[in-house]
Amino acid sequence: MPTITRRAFAGLATLPFFAPLAGLGPAVAAPTRGGTLRLVMATESANLIPIDNTFGTTGIIGPKINEGLLAYDLKFNPVPQLATAWAQSADGLSLEFDLRPNVTWHDGKPFTAADVAFSILTLKKVHPRGRATFANVVDVETPTPLKVILRLSKPAPYILGAFAASESPIVAKHVYEGQEIGTNPANAAPIGTGPFVFKEWVKGSHIVLERNPNYWDAPKPWLDRIIVRFIPDANARSAAFAAGEIDIGGDTPVPRSEIETLKASPTLDVVSDGYAYLGNQSQLVYNLDNPILAKLEVRRAIAHAIDLKQVLAVAWYGQGVVSPTPITPLLEAFHDGSLQPYAHDPKKAAELLDKAGHPLVDGKRFSLRALHNPFADANSRAVAYVRQALGRLGIEVTVQNLDFATYVKTVYGDRAFDIEIENLGNAFDPTLGVQRVYWSKNFRPGLGFSNGAHYANQEVDRLLEAAAVEPDTAKRRRLWFDFQKIVQDELPVLNLLSNHSYTVAKKSVRGHTLTIDGPRANFADVHFV
Amino acid sequence: MLGTLNRLLWTLVRGVLRAVPTLVGVVVVSFLLMQAAPGDAADVMAGESGTSTVETMAILRARFGLDQPVLTQFVGFVANLAHFSLGRSPRWDVPVADLILARLPDTLLLMGSALGFAVVLGIGLGAVMASFVNRWPDRILSVVTLLFYSVPGFWTGLMAILIFSVGLGLLPSGGSQTIAAGLTGWDRVWDVAAHLVLPAAALSTFFVAVYARLTRAAMLEVQGQDYVRTATAKGLHPIVVATRHVLRNALVPVTTVAGLHVGSLLGGAMVIETVFSWPGLGRLAFEAVMKRDFSVLLGILVVSSVVVVVVDVLVDLLHAALDPRIEGHGHG
Repeated sequence: MPTITRRAFAGLATLPFFAPLAGLGPAVAAPTRGGTLRLVMATESANLIPIDNTFGTTGIIGPKINEGLLAYDLKFNPVPQLATAWAQSADGLSLEFDLRPNVTWHDGKPFTAADVAFSILTLKKVHPRGRATFANVVDVETPTPLKVILRLSKPAPYILGAFAASESPIVAKHVYEGQEIGTNPANAAPIGTGPFVFKEWVKGSHIVLERNPNYWDAPKPWLDRIIVRFIPDANARSAAFAAGEIDIGGDTPVPRSEIETLKASPTLDVVSDGYAYLGNQSQLVYNLDNPILAKLEVRRAIAHAIDLKQVLAVAWYGQGVVSPTPITPLLEAFHDGSLQPYAHDPKKAAELLDKAGHPLVDGKRFSLRALHNPFADANSRAVAYVRQALGRLGIEVTVQNLDFATYVKTVYGDRAFDIEIENLGNAFDPTLGVQRVYWSKNFRPGLGFSNGAHYANQEVDRLLEAAAVEPDTAKRRRLWFDFQKIVQDELPVLNLLSNHSYTVAKKSVRGHTLTIDGPRANFADVHFV
Repeated sequence: MLGTLNRLLWTLVRGVLRAVPTLVGVVVVSFLLMQAAPGDAADVMAGESGTSTVETMAILRARFGLDQPVLTQFVGFVANLAHFSLGRSPRWDVPVADLILARLPDTLLLMGSALGFAVVLGIGLGAVMASFVNRWPDRILSVVTLLFYSVPGFWTGLMAILIFSVGLGLLPSGGSQTIAAGLTGWDRVWDVAAHLVLPAAALSTFFVAVYARLTRAAMLEVQGQDYVRTATAKGLHPIVVATRHVLRNALVPVTTVAGLHVGSLLGGAMVIETVFSWPGLGRLAFEAVMKRDFSVLLGILVVSSVVVVVVDVLVDLLHAALDPRIEGHGHG
């Protein structure tokens, strides 16, 4: 996590361009203005502002229009966006922001501290993750129109990582006040302070965003216009890239099987940076309500039977890193790299199963129902591998292929599964992304992406709750390390890997991966060469 | 003259009378079927988020009216229908009618051109095949139509994109127009046409095959009729006999089947619409199922069944014109 000190950002803010952070070749001194960026999306979200949701596509489109207080460079350091400076008190109970002066909303009204206070309190009330992030925020003070102070009841060490536009967008108070958030027409026709102004949304086809001529960071944005095209078919998306009809796409816009080929393309860049903010992590969740899986030996036996490297190679074509602990290596501050995966050892697995009272009888020990989240097709390959690996041990695995809604209901509602392959990301901090999976108080049938294993361990609960309010980074790290050891030992969930995501862009498009949230940045810096 | 008018009126009345129970059936059956699908719109929206809380789920359910008993939801939907309203989409938070109307022009354009193309080409090929029955043009065309019939539309579509968009760079790979290009007049027509060619062609291949086979079979059957022999005996030119006496009578089964296809294509071009990212009703329906956005799906089903009924009436009228023996009150 970033160091939490007051920073004078005058110097950085006047730099024309943060390109040296990009890792995409040398910075271009003076980008030329102009051009239309054609951005491709696979799915269409229900609205465009991530103020009350965490939809993948909303998180990409929203930040172009509604900005956040901060952005984060590729090393997780906060950089100014709508806030120019910030400071957290030593006790972690107050957080102060200086706001950028002379910023106007797209409808011409001035941007002030009242907008920020309103947005943060709204996020606290309605945002699925914001409820947790801002749970300890008891008051937001606005002593001057350009100063905001958050007062907390308990420290929230992760909070300074939460101010990106895709996570905590700042919306206009005068647009949202006095109405229900979820049904505000501005959700589908947003008014923001960002570099691009919403123009039209033709559902099922496209969205048009126009350059904001009054943007506070003039002469940015460089682009004249962004066209978002919805192409639901993955092969059609790669054909559109090949035909040169698309300039950029995030969240792995082409089939994973084509990524290797595209890396050699003379016209396209394939970048895996810019996804650490999501904290990708994939896991095999055991249903501990199943009496067989409730036995630790059985869970360990399954862990010994599954070769994580094979899962990565077979299911994700090697696009990622093995991640045997609940915290992805992407979150360097908290990932315990010393923890090794259970050794791939089918013989030992068989011994453990024998010991657990499940000997081979007619070539069979017991059977399991396996599900997988259809959100990523790699999961269906992962579950196929698991089926084979366990089949060799005499564990008969029946795989059910469900559509997304049925899957969510079957796993988290009906709990009619034994094992399942899931992608529960860490987000930008383990308190927000990891705690939900292992905290006994988050075993809530009917609630998606909660504690699906039905894991309950008092010591784990204590560590999670302590880590959520520990302001000291070193102490917090220790708490998370202790947590990872216990979970690795008790295996309520077999953590598999942290998959890469990719941005595919024409080589002529620059400035798209300057921050830790890559395609979820505001794109003020994106330009053509 | 009066007789024709009467016949027309009677056909219309009959169509409307037949439409009412059909519509009621469609509404009831589809509403019940959707209740059987696991999960609801709130589950999906929460699922898409990747994070959710009990509170956000409750907010969503209350907003969508999903916390109401099924019967209340059904009565609400029927009451809306009675006021000629299709209700609101919980997911998009806009009137369902707006969503459908926005897609209808593109859908009709794609469907109309694909079916029109298929009917013209299919009948043409069928006529050629029937005239050269069991000779080499018939044999070659039989193989071609068999290919058209059996190759799946998405494959044809993707191959067409690879050849004409990626390879030759002649035509756009998807969408229904160049977005935000500000084209007007003939430029716009040309632009839409360029976007239309590949999806319409890919969509029509299957139907070309069906109509060609149908036309061939029907013409062969009609060729054996007495009046054809009479016409030939009168000394009419073979082409006149083939077109005016044989083909005209052979068209009845083709138009019947084409009329049925209108209904299935209205929401059934989903695969082609997906491959070509064409903003049509098929995709809207498919996404409505996946997202459990049932008010949209019901709306599409109702609109589709209305269109089917209308087309049914039109086909009846066309038959009456093609073959005067087919009376409005009889069955063709």
